[in-house]
Amino acid sequence: MLNTKQIKKDFPIFKNKPNLVYLDSTATALKPQSVIDKTIEYYSQYCANVTRGLYDISQKATSEFEETREVVAKFINAPSNSEIIFTRSTTEALNLLAYSLGRQLITSGDEVVTSIMEHHSNFVPWQQLAFEKKAKFNIIDITDEGHLIELDNVVTKKTKILSLTYVSNVLGTINPIKEIIKAARIINPKIVIIIDAAQAVPHIPVDVQDLGADFLAFSSHKMLGPTGVGVLWGKRKLLDNLHPFNYGGEMIEEVYIERSTFKLPPHKFEAGTPDIAGVIAFKEAIKYLSQIGMKKVQEHEISMTKYTLKRLNQEFGGEIKVLGPKNASDKDGVITFTLNKIHAHDIAEILNNHYICIRAGHHCAIPLHFRLQLKATSRASFYIYNDEDDVEKLIEGLKKVKKILS
Amino acid sequence: MNIYQEQILDHYKRPQNYGHLKKADRQIVLNNPLCGDKISMDIIIKKGKIQDVSFFGETCAISTASASMLTQYVKGKKITDLKKLSSSFIFKLLGIDLSPSRVKCAVLPLEALHKLIINQNFVAKEKT
Repeated sequence: MLNTKQIKKDFPIFKNKPNLVYLDSTATALKPQSVIDKTIEYYSQYCANVTRGLYDISQKATSEFEETREVVAKFINAPSNSEIIFTRSTTEALNLLAYSLGRQLITSGDEVVTSIMEHHSNFVPWQQLAFEKKAKFNIIDITDEGHLIELDNVVTKKTKILSLTYVSNVLGTINPIKEIIKAARIINPKIVIIIDAAQAVPHIPVDVQDLGADFLAFSSHKMLGPTGVGVLWGKRKLLDNLHPFNYGGEMIEEVYIERSTFKLPPHKFEAGTPDIAGVIAFKEAIKYLSQIGMKKVQEHEISMTKYTLKRLNQEFGGEIKVLGPKNASDKDGVITFTLNKIHAHDIAEILNNHYICIRAGHHCAIPLHFRLQLKATSRASFYIYNDEDDVEKLIEGLKKVKKILS
Repeated sequence: MNIYQEQILDHYKRPQNYGHLKKADRQIVLNNPLCGDKISMDIIIKKGKIQDVSFFGETCAISTASASMLTQYVKGKKITDLKKLSSSFIFKLLGIDLSPSRVKCAVLPLEALHKLIINQNFVAKEKT
């Protein structure tokens, strides 16, 4: 377990809200002081636009901005900074691909494949692409325990795009992405593979060269960084051939009435003024996580998950049903559950009366809930600042829920 | 404020008019996009009044209590009067302060009722 008492001191929200039991880091993570300070530093010391000012503070802003690109590249072991594209979010990164890559690559009769455990943002863009292009939209199913089943019958020679989540935001399942990528490339060597790593990069070590995917997307705000910043990593060769998604400022080389030329990647995909403060402060989040080490982050979540599964079973037995893998090391720190027939909204509301924050609903994964024949579920999720005390408070809260509603 | 007052819990644990009407002349199923809940409502209208009404669905305590209290209230009431009911009527009926995220839970049954009585050309057993 990490030294959570020490870690909590770095997160000012715990000083401002001493009773807070924050169990919704899968939705967004809390922010350490260093990230907040860096945002303020930009606005108060070198608030200028990036890439075009010829004056000192603009150059300072630009170098801080580009330094984050370097830090991100190192963090996921990307071979080049030019493969790191800043977007607004994982959602925007995946939509960028669905529009640029999807509309370039997919024609009638092709196949696009994703899985039933996806977040809507890695499901709907591909579904809509397939509708538009009269392509087939095929889905990899899961076992009842929340593991992906074999690709064999779903991915075929006609599958041009496979877009999969690395870690499920509901089940917590860590998919064996490296093996899946290998298997898919044996079936179709030309397949383009996209990984939604929004729930992976914040929680486990991710090495894009080792994984062997073509594209990978994640968000700053789920890994201690500011909201409004997402990352799309892509192999440089593929990025070179991809059309821009947005046109406008900051991505142009030359513009004439009859034609325009565009910058090289990554700037080709970064039209418009970005969230400069957000990008600049994002590197502080990565530095914070790197100081701990991603292996330790993962180990912490596994021990939190183990402890929680054990305690929930002790206190509630068969009344509580936890979704996803039974083995804590197959998942990250996500506990999605149902308690008797009590509605998730009621659970969340009563827990909120005791300053406990959990997520209730379908967690942007309606197809998965439909597959599991569930409506709303409750989700508690952990990060580096959570400890066993938080779990005990959750259990006390759930006992109150039972007392009020049973 | 604790919204789980005795009256709410009473209706949640023992909902009134729960189930389906065998001879319903109009039925609707409505969805709460926030949680994926479905609530269905059946009505029988006679001479411009609600003769009978029921609701069904595995919904949260707030939706269930709201549906239970609303169906109790509307029986025998004139359609023309019921069309005027607003969400503030529901809040008064429930007697609790709701956070913005729970307002939808509370007004879902009223939305179902309004869809049933406002649409003149309502097709029996229509589902949305």
